[in-house]
Amino acid sequence: MSDLPFILFSLVAAVAAIMVVTRAVAVHALLYLVVVLLSLAGVFFALGAPFAAMLEVIIYAGAVMVLFVFVVMMLNLGRSDRDRERHWMAPAVWIGPALLSGLLLIALCTTLRTIPPTAASDTMAPIGPQSVGLLLYGPYVLSVELASFLLLAGLVSAFHIGRNIRGTGTGEP
Amino acid sequence: MSAASPTHALLLATLLFAVGMLGVLARRNLLLMLMSIEIMLNAAALAFIAAGARWHAAQGQVMFLMILSLAAAEAAVGLAIILRLHSAGRPTLDADTGNRLKG
Repeated sequence: MSDLPFILFSLVAAVAAIMVVTRAVAVHALLYLVVVLLSLAGVFFALGAPFAAMLEVIIYAGAVMVLFVFVVMMLNLGRSDRDRERHWMAPAVWIGPALLSGLLLIALCTTLRTIPPTAASDTMAPIGPQSVGLLLYGPYVLSVELASFLLLAGLVSAFHIGRNIRGTGTGEP
Repeated sequence: MSAASPTHALLLATLLFAVGMLGVLARRNLLLMLMSIEIMLNAAALAFIAAGARWHAAQGQVMFLMILSLAAAEAAVGLAIILRLHSAGRPTLDADTGNRLKG
């Protein structure tokens, strides 16, 4: 099992995630988010899931992040937005949320300690795309259909919300 | 015990989930909140992958695919709502002033 890549990718993912939530400029946070997703793809690969790693790179770091970049470009953020963001990120704002998520972290970590360690983790062979595909089009074909319904609903609602966005037409529902 | 064991991956997923929740709670920018939600969804996906590696089952990656489609739909709808709010005359992306959507 590949230890060193796992540790490196985990460290990069954790640090970049912290950088995402503390940046004042949206584009910087977005680029750090791309780093998080790419390093998570590396973590998936180290865990023996190459299919999930490739999908993470192609769909998350590719398609979804392009959508985010497109929206950031359309929003036309400037220097005043950065200053307002710095004003919103005063240190007093972070106390309550940090307490709450620290509590969640402690609770989940104490729960993780009760899990017995894995017996034979050295025998983990990668799970290739073939077994995933056999499951997807075998017992889980209904889930695939439901996911396609979800994507269709997302497409239709994004189109419905986003149309007439400049206020030019009069065709309000 | 190997360092790339599923327990350590679950630890990383926990950390990522906590960081994402910190972002959702502390930030006021809608775009940054959506990014934090993406981090939380990725943490959940990592937990599924780790569980799939623990029991050497492909069902973890099947659930990862479901989370992937959910995240794609959520990002599309959320970004469309942000664009709509922005075009409705809001100067900022403040989440506290989300009452100007008008229908």
